[in-house]
Amino acid sequence: MSNRKVRLLGFIAAGLLLASSAVAQTNLNFWSWRTEDVDAYSAFIEEFHAENPDIIVTFTPYQNTEYNTILSTALQGGGGPDIVHLRAYGGLEPLAEAGLIVRLDDKVAALEDFDPSILLGATNREDGGIYGVPFAIQVIPVLYNVGIFEELGLQEPQTWDELITVSEALQAGGYYAFANGSSEPWTLETLFGGVAPAFYGGNDFFNELVAGETDFSDPRFVEALERMLALRPYLAPNHQGVNYSDMQTSFAFEMAGMLVGGSYELGAMADLNPDLRIGSFPFPNDDGPGPVSVYVDGSYGISSNSPHQDEALRFIEFLATREFGQMFTDTLQQLSAVPGVSPTGQELSDIVELVDADSTSFLFLTAFRFGQPSGSTLLQNELQAAMGDTKTVDEVVAVIQQGIATWHPAFND
Amino acid sequence: MHARKWLRRHGHLLIFLLPGLILYSAFMAYPLLTSLSYSLYDWRGLLRQEFVGFENFVTVLTRWPYNERFWNALGHNAIFFGITFAIQSTLGLALAVLLARKWRGFALLQATYFMPFTLSAVVVGFLWLLMLNPNWGAVAQALRSVGLGDMVQPWLGQPATALLTVVLVNAWSWLGFPVLVFLAGIQGIPREYYEAGIVDGTNGWQAFRFITLPLLLPTIMMVSILTFIYNFNAFELVFVMQGASGPPAYSTDLLATFFYRTAFGDPTTGGEPGQIGIASAIAVFMLIIIGTVSYFGVRYNQRIQEGI
Repeated sequence: MSNRKVRLLGFIAAGLLLASSAVAQTNLNFWSWRTEDVDAYSAFIEEFHAENPDIIVTFTPYQNTEYNTILSTALQGGGGPDIVHLRAYGGLEPLAEAGLIVRLDDKVAALEDFDPSILLGATNREDGGIYGVPFAIQVIPVLYNVGIFEELGLQEPQTWDELITVSEALQAGGYYAFANGSSEPWTLETLFGGVAPAFYGGNDFFNELVAGETDFSDPRFVEALERMLALRPYLAPNHQGVNYSDMQTSFAFEMAGMLVGGSYELGAMADLNPDLRIGSFPFPNDDGPGPVSVYVDGSYGISSNSPHQDEALRFIEFLATREFGQMFTDTLQQLSAVPGVSPTGQELSDIVELVDADSTSFLFLTAFRFGQPSGSTLLQNELQAAMGDTKTVDEVVAVIQQGIATWHPAFND
Repeated sequence: MHARKWLRRHGHLLIFLLPGLILYSAFMAYPLLTSLSYSLYDWRGLLRQEFVGFENFVTVLTRWPYNERFWNALGHNAIFFGITFAIQSTLGLALAVLLARKWRGFALLQATYFMPFTLSAVVVGFLWLLMLNPNWGAVAQALRSVGLGDMVQPWLGQPATALLTVVLVNAWSWLGFPVLVFLAGIQGIPREYYEAGIVDGTNGWQAFRFITLPLLLPTIMMVSILTFIYNFNAFELVFVMQGASGPPAYSTDLLATFFYRTAFGDPTTGGEPGQIGIASAIAVFMLIIIGTVSYFGVRYNQRIQEGI
């Protein structure tokens, strides 16, 4: 072979190599607010990449409280990621309404097997379409430190009175009864989700309220808020100045006996203090245990702006598999929304039992976040006023009612 | 004919002006004008709907809860400005007069007072947030160590104390700027006036009252206008220390946080549809308030200067 031919062949080979690598690799950007789950998602993506070597997924999380703004601005500007970590319920709807995310119920067959109540978290009520693959279910029980309970000889309380007795015993033993604070408004909604269903009575009230048959001045709802205020002496000291990371720290490092918190805390606690043993029970009313609040955390969707729709769909289909769901649960210690996934850890299994026993949809998040002012905004800020004694429960209830009535069809008189 | 002549003589100036004009138009004028236009439309989520004229403005002023939030936030901005202004025109001025004496070691003090102003609001907010934590913060521990543990409160978490606490942090971080400008103003006053005063037998107070203060008045006015603009645009400190909803119970809510929440939905509630039209109306109100006050402030200042 002449020198020229060799050189020519070399060029062709190099060209082919370049071309094949250019064809083979598709980069997908995946945006999220889960800054704490970077390692877990790297592992999930690696698993996907092993089966789909032609797709590279890059996970980019943003600050939780800024994510919505960053995402909607980017999508609206024609950019943003290919894969979108979506909020649930009212958080997803504006993006679906504006056509910024892709409807999935006719594309992802696996969605048919999901629980219908779970799919509500990824549904746009306007067209009934499903725009995301739900990823996690969260539950809000009372979490407690098993070690401290054993040390003080305490049992899981079955009634409100027993709960108060346990709280006082914890305080006498030098611990905070509850790690909860009230400085960050959203943590008050979580506290509400843990405490209130036991007093407003779960699904009956929920259904009547959503149908407009009763409203927030209902005595059951008033009672629920009053019990939350009655809990103040047992919250973290100076609870008005105690923020979320203070709450997590004091529970993880065994300064507090109990924490009204989401099931997502199990993973966070395992990171902070792997030796911590956590039990859970439903918040009790005067007669016995109440239902626990349950909600869908969010879902995975595809941006309409993405030029790689087919590749993105392949990744989304992977996220709807049982294989992924199991990996998600095992790695993050959270309940996967994928059907047929069983929790491996004892702590998570305990929480699943609570859900099976008696559960109800997390009231404001699932039903009253579709307009401005959202039920969550009203509840959180008004509760903070009540916690600070600048408003009475009756005033709080009146404001919540008035605010939701400005946009919710059930209360438009 | 005339225009061509002008162009030939001054055309090269356009080349110098053009880059600035393009950048300013693209990044300042255009966004400002679009947000003005946003306020005249109805919005559904991120979708622009029909033209509604001044309806969004009426909504902000008359429809609950927007009206309540608006006046509440406006009041807080006024308190922000009022307290910061009061501190800078008393303590700030006094510090500047003292520092102007140039005693030994004052250069260090001058740098110390100015330093907080150079820190970003995010850093200032975060540091004070840590220091003011009622259970383990430095302020609480200092109080406990001298036996004043009873005075420890969740300052940032109580509706009654949160605003004042944030305002004081704001004044602390801003104070270095007026002190520096006052100092420069005092140093710009010719020595002769003071010497003439000494000949006439003035004491220290009289020298301040009849020489320093009148000659410094235009500077004080100018700094006050800047303080006004800064405080009516304030956002970062509350956002960092308290969050976008101005907690607890809106007691630290400002126009800018109210605007942010309305536009993008309250981020602390994890997803609430934004109201871009109403939010733009709030932004326009902010522009009108700041613009009007600044305009009259600057005009008044010119009159003072002409008086001198």
